[in-house]
Amino acid sequence: MSPLQKVGRWIGEHLVLALGLLVLIYMFVPIAIVALMSFNDPSSRNVYKFDGFTLHNWLNPCEPSGMCASVVRSVEIGLLATLVATILGTLAAFALVRHRFAGRGPLNTLIILPMAAPEIVLGSSMLALFVSAGFGGKLGFVTIFIAHVTFCLSFVIITVRARLSGLDDNLEQAAMDLYATENQTFWRVTFPLVFPGILGAALLSFSLSFDDFIITNLNAGQTVTFPMYVWGVAQRGIPMQVNVIGTAMFVIAVTIVLGSEITRRRRAKAAA
Amino acid sequence: MARTRRRARFTGYWLMLPSALWLALFFLVPFYSLIAMSLYDPEGSSLTGYDMTWHFANYVDVVQAYWRPLLRSFWYAALATLGCLLLGYVLAYAIAFKAGRWKNLMLVLVIAPFFTSFLIRTLSWKLILADDGWIVNTLQAVGILGPDGRLLATSFAVVMGLTYNFLPFMVLPLFASLDKIDHRLIEAAGDLYASPARGFFKVTLPLSMPGVVAGTLLTFIPAAGDYINSELLGSPNQRMIGNVIQNLFTNQGDYAAAGALSMTLMIIITIGVVLYIRRAGTEDLV
Amino acid sequence: MSLVADHDSTTQDPTSAGRDLELRAVTKSYGAFTAVRSLDLVVPQGSFFALLGPSGCGKTTTLRMVAGLDTPTAGTISLGDREITYDKPYKRPVNTVFQNYALFPHLDISENVAFGLKRRGVKETKKAVAEMLALVELESQGSKKPYQLSGGQQQRVALARALINNPEVLLLDEPLGALDLKLRRGMQIELKRIQTEVGLTFVHVTHDQEEAMTMADTVAVMNAGVIEQMGAPSELYDNPATTFVANFLGQSNLLAGDILGPDGDVVKVSVQGTTVSIPIERCHSEGGKGWVGVRPEKVMIAEVGGEIDAPGNRFEGGVVTDVSFVGVSTQYLVRMPWGQELMVFEQNTGRRPILAVGTPVDLSWRPEYAFLLDASQDAKAGVEDGDD
Repeated sequence: MSPLQKVGRWIGEHLVLALGLLVLIYMFVPIAIVALMSFNDPSSRNVYKFDGFTLHNWLNPCEPSGMCASVVRSVEIGLLATLVATILGTLAAFALVRHRFAGRGPLNTLIILPMAAPEIVLGSSMLALFVSAGFGGKLGFVTIFIAHVTFCLSFVIITVRARLSGLDDNLEQAAMDLYATENQTFWRVTFPLVFPGILGAALLSFSLSFDDFIITNLNAGQTVTFPMYVWGVAQRGIPMQVNVIGTAMFVIAVTIVLGSEITRRRRAKAAA
Repeated sequence: MARTRRRARFTGYWLMLPSALWLALFFLVPFYSLIAMSLYDPEGSSLTGYDMTWHFANYVDVVQAYWRPLLRSFWYAALATLGCLLLGYVLAYAIAFKAGRWKNLMLVLVIAPFFTSFLIRTLSWKLILADDGWIVNTLQAVGILGPDGRLLATSFAVVMGLTYNFLPFMVLPLFASLDKIDHRLIEAAGDLYASPARGFFKVTLPLSMPGVVAGTLLTFIPAAGDYINSELLGSPNQRMIGNVIQNLFTNQGDYAAAGALSMTLMIIITIGVVLYIRRAGTEDLV
Repeated sequence: MSLVADHDSTTQDPTSAGRDLELRAVTKSYGAFTAVRSLDLVVPQGSFFALLGPSGCGKTTTLRMVAGLDTPTAGTISLGDREITYDKPYKRPVNTVFQNYALFPHLDISENVAFGLKRRGVKETKKAVAEMLALVELESQGSKKPYQLSGGQQQRVALARALINNPEVLLLDEPLGALDLKLRRGMQIELKRIQTEVGLTFVHVTHDQEEAMTMADTVAVMNAGVIEQMGAPSELYDNPATTFVANFLGQSNLLAGDILGPDGDVVKVSVQGTTVSIPIERCHSEGGKGWVGVRPEKVMIAEVGGEIDAPGNRFEGGVVTDVSFVGVSTQYLVRMPWGQELMVFEQNTGRRPILAVGTPVDLSWRPEYAFLLDASQDAKAGVEDGDD
């Protein structure tokens, strides 16, 4: 190998990684700005730039009127939609993996479609239903909840189904072999092993619901969720507390995910 | 698999029933409602109600009225998809082949942006690209932008925003299919083809095609329907079809036109996706 | 003497007489495919029984039916005088060591071992678990999770988890298949020790003939859903009844011959013009044509005209075509005048130099080592294509 080729190879080895890291940085720049702006002491509401450092926003997160109420509403909807979608989706995933029945093909398509349609179309069709069913004037918490369950459901089914079909069949057979009845096998072996998948699906559901804007905006009526609040104030000048909420969400979620990853790594290390 | 366990014959149906009903009632029926709405008599209004008159002319009307934002949506979505593909491929390749023990951490980092609100992240770009921000100032100083040149309210800002927001949807499927490739194949390619570049184009890229197809679909479809980026980072000149539909529904209350436009978007996307998958030759995407 | 915890259990006292595992006309079909064909089998209580066969021969299906994980299409399975054919797996005093161990990943080692006792309502499991972990020499590993153990350790946990229940029959499904060769040999001895110690009936499924022969009291060779032959390992090896057994257990030379008929306590067979004698109890063919079988290490070789220490007739005109030196012995391939190549394994006693390729040789063997098989059987049946 000529020195030139060596240099070329070295660059090839490290350039891709370096470029990849640059892309990651690109993905995190806006988040860094959000975190930074959560400490901003703005000179005027209309100028969106960093003027000075303050803890005021973090100490008074609920100062902007209506913001915390919208966060609470989003959390409520998120929890409720997650609960329903997770329960229904988990049952469906068990049906799809563990039972044979007619109509699996069409059902699989039905499950994928809500994820494949653009949000604006999904939202429009929900609105069309609510309007034609006479709920056009009663849009609000319930219609948002229904819409959120609908798009979370597919994600839950797919996530839990993946976990369930990756489960080693032998484990359940071993449990039965070791005197566990069908019920005991399910609750002592199957469920604990599928649970991480269900939990992951629930977290995904919650974040999808909490973050949804396009579908919600069409079906919300006068109800204001957190993304809708942000949308509303975006036109007038954003209170810095919005960044506090954004940063807090990020920190909480990253802590959960990194925490579990670190535990996993530690275990792997202990095993080695 | 489950043959050893005798289960009640109908358990599967009972378990499936709630989800199937929910999706039928709140996904299929709404679709039917949307089709019906798109054929309403446009003379009605959201206040007075509509008559169902099989008014197919709605489709012609909305396409005539809104072909510019419609085309623009697909154009922007295509550009954003291309951007995501370039950036996403580099990142997915780095994670799959170069990250070593940092693989999992980097994957977590790819999803991490989802943990803050889509809207807040997009607003953040508004600040970064602001007229008196350092990026614009720098570009003006080196002459890429004129003295009054700006980034906000341009097509560039909107496409950049779309690229940014949908990048993870590209990276994840790309990573999934790159990660499956046997390392020895790439080494063998290194033996067979003189240059790494040829090895890449002859082996790695073809093997990662399922990821490319899935990723482009997962990016293009939501990008085509998005209006948050064009609203926050663009101007009325960068209006996309999502803005129009949203506006027709909530501000103008013109449900017939909104429905027809929504259906038009769906129909074009469906046809496009089917043709694309045929061409890419990958049927098993999900 | 039993190290197995003597807790109260649903199992009967294993020392009571007549608790043999008995399969009668057991058949298992999947649609058109028959995995097990009318199988009759008695496994005496307290024995170490091996079901040996190539993959797909139906041995694992048989095991699963005994465990209750599969239900026979026809036939009955009983333990002593209790029929268990359709009992649920958790209702039968049978436990299994699974091929990939199937340890519960969310439970630690002690919890894994205690699982069976707990399900049967035993409250105090600590002592029994400790004793069982001691038996498999994993005393200090109780609080670890399965993935923290090596393959060999996981294997022993799986064994302990099954044994603690004091089953009447312990089923082992290729339990050593995932271990490397050295570990496998060690575990074979270990398993044999534990079986002797606890005195339970072990039914061991394997495709490794050496493993089956080392460990089992009785080996049943299974092929295509039926048992070809059953008996003590040495018996199967010395006197195989079918070409499959002759080839699957070790290697055999099979020579086509015409059966001339009985002569006292031997049967005379003409092989390529040379008449050989085979003891009557080693004949598994009625008349007409047959395969004369002889193990390679029983064939004696000498340069043309050289001395051969055997009373039988000589086969002349052979030529050495291949020589492999494997340390303790030398393996020759000898092409005979009728075109067949015979295998000859000779101990390297140093009595004379190793013969070179191309050397003309004579072959012979002691008549008491030959066996006669049915000519309708495929001479290549059971020949392993490549070692695993």
